Amino acid sequence: MTRTEPNRSRSSNSDSDKNSGNGGGGRTTAMRVIVPLQGVVQGRGGLFLGSVIPCAFFYFLQFYLKRNRKNDESDNSGEQNSSASSSSSSPNSGLPDPTRSQSAGHLTELTGLPRSLSRILLSPRNSGGAVSVSGRVNCVLKGGDSSPYYVGQKRVEEDPYDELGNPDGVIQLGLSQNIKLSFDDWVLENAKEAISDGLSISGIASYEPSDGLLELKMAVAGFMSEATKNSVSFDPSQLVLTSGASSAIEILSFCLADSGNAFLVPTPCSPGYDRDVKWRTGVDIIHVPCRSADNFNMSMVVLDRAFYQAKKRGVRIRGIIISNPSNPMGSLLSRENLYALLDFARERNIHIISNEIFAGSVHGEEGEFVSMAEIVDTEENIDRERVHIVYDLSKDLSFPGLRSAAIYSFNESVLSASRKLTTLSPVSSPTQHLLISAISNPKNVQRLVKTNRQRLQSIYMELVKGLKELGIECTKSNGGFYCWADMRGLISSYSEKGEIELWNKLLNIGKINVIPGSCCHCIEPGWFRICFSNLSEKDVPVVMNRIRKVCQTCKSQN
Amino acid sequence: MRLIVPLRGVIQGRGGLFVGSLIPCCLFYFLQLYLKRRRPPPSDPTELPRTSSRTNLFSRGNSIGRVRVSSRAVPVAKPSDSPYYIGLERVKTDPYNRITNTDGIIQLGLAESTLCFDLLQRWMSENLMESMMQSDDGEFDISSIAMYKPFEGLLELRVAFADFMSRIMGGNVSFDPSNMVITAGGTPAIEVLAFCLADHGNAFLIPTPYYPGFDRDIKFRTGVELIPVHCRSSDNFTVTVSALEQALNQARKRGSKVSGILFSNPSNPVGNILSRETLQDILRFAQEKNIHVISDEIFAGSVYGDKEFVSMAEIAGSGEFDKSRVHIIYGLSKDLSIPGFRAGVIYSFHEDVVNAAKKLMRFSSVPVPVQRILISLLSDVRFIEEYMTAHRQRIRDKHIRFVEGLKQLGIPCAESGGGLYCWVDMSSLLTSYSEKGELELFEKLLTAAKINATPGTACYCIEPGWFRCCFTALADEDIPVIMERIRQLRESSRS
Repeated sequence: MTRTEPNRSRSSNSDSDKNSGNGGGGRTTAMRVIVPLQGVVQGRGGLFLGSVIPCAFFYFLQFYLKRNRKNDESDNSGEQNSSASSSSSSPNSGLPDPTRSQSAGHLTELTGLPRSLSRILLSPRNSGGAVSVSGRVNCVLKGGDSSPYYVGQKRVEEDPYDELGNPDGVIQLGLSQNIKLSFDDWVLENAKEAISDGLSISGIASYEPSDGLLELKMAVAGFMSEATKNSVSFDPSQLVLTSGASSAIEILSFCLADSGNAFLVPTPCSPGYDRDVKWRTGVDIIHVPCRSADNFNMSMVVLDRAFYQAKKRGVRIRGIIISNPSNPMGSLLSRENLYALLDFARERNIHIISNEIFAGSVHGEEGEFVSMAEIVDTEENIDRERVHIVYDLSKDLSFPGLRSAAIYSFNESVLSASRKLTTLSPVSSPTQHLLISAISNPKNVQRLVKTNRQRLQSIYMELVKGLKELGIECTKSNGGFYCWADMRGLISSYSEKGEIELWNKLLNIGKINVIPGSCCHCIEPGWFRICFSNLSEKDVPVVMNRIRKVCQTCKSQN
Repeated sequence: MRLIVPLRGVIQGRGGLFVGSLIPCCLFYFLQLYLKRRRPPPSDPTELPRTSSRTNLFSRGNSIGRVRVSSRAVPVAKPSDSPYYIGLERVKTDPYNRITNTDGIIQLGLAESTLCFDLLQRWMSENLMESMMQSDDGEFDISSIAMYKPFEGLLELRVAFADFMSRIMGGNVSFDPSNMVITAGGTPAIEVLAFCLADHGNAFLIPTPYYPGFDRDIKFRTGVELIPVHCRSSDNFTVTVSALEQALNQARKRGSKVSGILFSNPSNPVGNILSRETLQDILRFAQEKNIHVISDEIFAGSVYGDKEFVSMAEIAGSGEFDKSRVHIIYGLSKDLSIPGFRAGVIYSFHEDVVNAAKKLMRFSSVPVPVQRILISLLSDVRFIEEYMTAHRQRIRDKHIRFVEGLKQLGIPCAESGGGLYCWVDMSSLLTSYSEKGELELFEKLLTAAKINATPGTACYCIEPGWFRCCFTALADEDIPVIMERIRQLRESSRS
């Protein structure tokens, strides 16, 4: 829309005579606006206001357009072939006055043409111009294809490591799946059983509620309670099932914030938020940086400051997104932290989205995982209504291909809106029945959670030990699939560039795909997220050898 | 001096006075007018309880207002007032059952088919386990179903889908798997397309009567508007280019930007099939106006009439047109009667749309286990052939029975050749020939006759008295029950 403006103003500029006629007509009709030159007629000093102000405006408008013109032209090119080609052929603004106005007239004439009927009828094939996609989809299309996150994933897809088949391939330490758990015999047996039980039910083909069968919701509530060690019981009627945590977060963003509003997100954070929150909902993210000096804990002071800065800029903050256990650090938020957060949200009257997708994957001995649901359990309604929890079933069940997650909210409006929106990202009936048969037996659930924890714990210990021997420290992690490794000693320059260089080396020389801190919006360079849940114990030495190789090249260069 | 400096003319004396002051004055005047018209209504006294000073004064608890949801979520959260959803909800509270609840409400509002469940059941019981467990070496390999896989669907599935689609469309057109994105049902497919093709506030032209679900699918989140293009019973509700043209011009006059045309073929709710010529006309029109064409062909395999179904893909592929503006939606919910699987597809000739849709599938992809089942289902050619023949034959039989029943009551139906429903003209039962009369009849059907049929109002039909009745979930013995109920309703209203 705005991009056509320069053309329009320039065209009106060239046929000034016609316009002046229009202006004269306007003078007599509406008197409530400042009619230009009104003063001349009414003689109340309006001459000054009526002509100087618009003149000044016009002058600045031209100035503004002139400065923005270059960008506009490059924007145009993708959208309308014909107009872009004509504008690029038009001479640049450096030429003297008469030529420019001539070319500008020429240009507007051309942009008008391709739409007109007669032209197309003359040559029906190509003159119509390529049809354009919507403006908002451009950010999705461009969406970070060059970011290390995607580049790394692509490399792994092309050349995946396999102990026997492709020992030189790239080892995937970037994608958070927990597939190795399934190789546990018992789990495998159980999965087989679940599939045969779940799918023998004939109802899988017909329409079923897209937000989840009650049976499944009850099973999920039980599973969530188990994952939080039964410290709080979940109410199945407050659950809405969605296809994957991404869509759960998207639906919440849509329901809690309008386009142009923003959420606060403490960083480092999950790289996925950039897509889940921003792409379709038009909601913005304001990153609140946490530092290694505080062990990457968020402080209320910094949150407060970010809130006010945003407010000053006129951005309305609607909520805060936290992950607990945190992604990527794996740390757990303490009870005090959560209370402080709730106070903050209450004072500012904003929502809290607590991303607890790793709740069932708490593996540390020390920390205690406290769900936000437990914190607000005893609070008044007015506070509960601002709390929304995202829970991922496929992560904890080590079944990411199932794509099923849940929203747990205390807010009736959010629940009823989400229920309707799940038709746009539904959980299919076969999946629902599979899940029911997999998690409705509490004994199985207990065993599954326990097996999962033990396995994560042992592999985490191995990895951290190995990294330590190489002189790489990790922050203390108690949950999730990641460790957050401090490789500041290995980067050549203390900057994002240095970090990406090291990431490239890890990918190309070491052949491991990790996620650099910059993808997680960490403001300190040199941190990397290593996802260990994919590894089996015998893979750890391989990974260590590869990192050692990279360390050596780094040191020899230094 | 390259800008027109205002009042420069006074200094340089070249008539610039006129140009330099009159133009900006006019522009300023129009700017004010524009702003004046665009200004939102001055209500909305929000924001007050939110200022920090206020909250700090009464720091904890009491004074703080309830936290609000976003303004765009409010209409979504509200219960729908469309008769389509009201009817569906009512059936849930008291569904008809031949044995246990003979007084319940009979569902004619939901387009689902149970006609071939016996065949599906047989296939599932024979092949389901195998399809989930299979892997190259015959061993059960959980990683083949548990791992993250490409969001747009496994290549095998896209190939199987392409084959299946060209099979049900008579083999005249072939589909390229690389133009295809698998979605979790037709609903997300439409939403994703709307997001990709139109910006917030833009509009699609849509011939009426149209499927009431489009309102939800498109308007809820994408903010794209639907501009109805009214079709009439005299044309058997077929869209004409002149009606499209008129609607487009009116929309442009009002200042809304039209990004595309959306229609279903076979049409929902009427069930008629667009001819090759009509499709060509539509595409030619779209090309002239440089807009997109979205063809919803979700009932393509449920064609039972004599009329041949032609896919928009075939027209686009003919070479006569610029095909990058053509986008097709398909799904298995209707033709294979497996709505629970939530499997749909976007087929687009526009590369950017395909790429964007692939990325957006992170929000509504088909789970891998379900994909595995679908791959073996769709590649079982013998079963598919058997199924499709039976599916068509059984809809045809049911359609004849249902329409015959209505005919005996003196109630005509629009001519139709596809879909799981028929478009019934109940204007003889109306007390007044108006929307109000139609909704009264809907209410009477629902409460007195205990039948849930979708009234034309819900589909934005401009002629009152039309109802969509889905007959494919009925057993043969249900049809006399329905006819009896309608007959009684008519008699009671006459007396």
